[in-house]
Amino acid sequence: MMGERLLDVRDLVKHFPAGHRRFVKAVSGVSFHIEKGEALALVGESGSGKTTVGRCILRLIEPTAGTIIFRGQDVSTMEQDRLRALRPHMQMLFQEPYDSLNPRMPIGRIVEEPIRLGKDMSPRKRLERVVEVLDMVRLGSWALDKYPHQFSAGEQQRIGIARAIATEPELVVLDEPTSALDVSVRAEILDLLTDLQEQLGLSYLFISHDLTAVRRVCHRVAIMYLGKIVETGSTAEMFEQPLHPYSRALLSSVLYPDPHEQLSRFVLAGEIPSPIDLPPGCHLYGRCPWAVDACNAAYPDLEEILPGRRVACFRAREENAADTTASGSGRRPPGSF
Amino acid sequence: MTTQLLPDTDMRPAWPTRGRGEFRSFLAFARGRPGFLLGLVIVAITIFLAFFGPMVAPYPPERAIPGAGLLPPSAEHAMGTDVSGMDVFSRVISAPRIDLTIALSATVIAFVGGVFLGVVSGFYAGSRGIGRVASEAIMRGADIVQAFPVFIFALALVGFRGPGTENVIAALAFLNIPYFLRVTRGAVFQVRERPFVEAARCAGNTERGVAFAHVMPNALGPALANISPGIGFAILLSAALSFVGAGVPKPTPEWGSMISIGAPNMMTGQWWTALFPGLALGVTVLGYALVGDGIQDFMDPTKRR
Repeated sequence: MMGERLLDVRDLVKHFPAGHRRFVKAVSGVSFHIEKGEALALVGESGSGKTTVGRCILRLIEPTAGTIIFRGQDVSTMEQDRLRALRPHMQMLFQEPYDSLNPRMPIGRIVEEPIRLGKDMSPRKRLERVVEVLDMVRLGSWALDKYPHQFSAGEQQRIGIARAIATEPELVVLDEPTSALDVSVRAEILDLLTDLQEQLGLSYLFISHDLTAVRRVCHRVAIMYLGKIVETGSTAEMFEQPLHPYSRALLSSVLYPDPHEQLSRFVLAGEIPSPIDLPPGCHLYGRCPWAVDACNAAYPDLEEILPGRRVACFRAREENAADTTASGSGRRPPGSF
Repeated sequence: MTTQLLPDTDMRPAWPTRGRGEFRSFLAFARGRPGFLLGLVIVAITIFLAFFGPMVAPYPPERAIPGAGLLPPSAEHAMGTDVSGMDVFSRVISAPRIDLTIALSATVIAFVGGVFLGVVSGFYAGSRGIGRVASEAIMRGADIVQAFPVFIFALALVGFRGPGTENVIAALAFLNIPYFLRVTRGAVFQVRERPFVEAARCAGNTERGVAFAHVMPNALGPALANISPGIGFAILLSAALSFVGAGVPKPTPEWGSMISIGAPNMMTGQWWTALFPGLALGVTVLGYALVGDGIQDFMDPTKRR
């Protein structure tokens, strides 16, 4: 997919004060871009900083450093008035289906609000648009005067989707949109998100730890670990052959219904370290089976080691090459050629 | 200058929040709640009496009948007469005019002021700049007001401006503001962390819009529940002010001052002079409490069904 860049995030940093002059380094230098019409997944376990990245992009929290170029404008330092004018172009779908809807507003007003505040439309036109988007999410005008608690979680999430697409945004940040839903409803919502993305040419930043969901919806994946992106690549290639040791561990933890599809388990030692005291070098040092001394000295840059595959690992090229050969010709004894 | 970036259009929502169906759903809501209905009846009676009490009273409420002091309840005087020969029943049903005027206006003013200050101080607490200064200033002000004993402060305020209905209202409203402020501020702290507040920012609301259109409606519950005790508090405090002569001037029929006039007679067996205004006061406070609870439930759409 070759298009223009809609969003370009460079060296994004977010530190939260943790008292005693210490900081939680939630995001420590993240760069990525999203093209028009592209769905990028930001994957990682809890505490990896993926949600923080999403919130910084929409300026729901203030980034500590870095630039966020959206539609050619730097959002990261923009004043609130100008930012509000940009809101119709970038929207968000929240994790909590019920709690992200104001319980005292009828659905019509909830969905209308972003249009009312961001678009130049008469009340009649707005009503038409609200009904149109409610139809798009497979609800109808019957929902207009009802209140959020009168709907199921799946329906509430569709109301959230209707609100997010009401202003015809280019970018939607989806913050774990299905993690609070039942499995059956999850599939329905993912299908809806995929359809809307194709129909409307939306760009998604899909924040999730649900790898099966990511695989269904996204074109490209960026994997985060402790505030850094460790690997990016197309979804197909990434799931076929993850190159970073953390990606390997993460992807091999997915449970597939078909036992033959299961990748061999790749297990990391130990627990995720505290984001207050990060190791000086690679954040995975100490847990990684490939680690050498150099890994603890400096953090590796994201490097393109295969076409379209960028990996932040000193050892990835070597280890992956060894692996491919190994699987073809059997394991050689260490040290021999 | 920068505000021009936003479209300058008709900002009214395409739908009104409260429609015609609202009254019908209110009746349906009330039907299932006998306590709420009883409260509504009591409130309706007191409001009726506030308008028409002196007109339906059998005797002029402020004129003493010569030689008729301290008569026990009879067919002629349903609740007897007081020490100066005024008909207690006529005075009891005439009193809501002044009592309700004082208590309701003081409480409504305190509610509006307290909720506004509570939202400002709660929403901007911990923020940066002018909002934080305002938030802190509001809280210190509330601390100062509440540091004084309520009655002494009320007495001082009324003494400063002189007795009279408006001054009693102003004093009671001022003293009640910190209660509404604190409960609202507490509710705002909880509400402002909920995800729909972030969603409201995404929708393009200004911070003020988020605070008053999204946070405030969801933080009103405790303040609404506080209205009923607020009214009771106002009635009792105005009675206390009347008792020491700093409230409503004496011949005006007012439950609090009637109780204090009748209290000495109670010792000597003329129980009717203080009991009936006391009952009227108690029943009225109960009625407002019941209505307050009911309205709080009605305002919360999740409890309606």
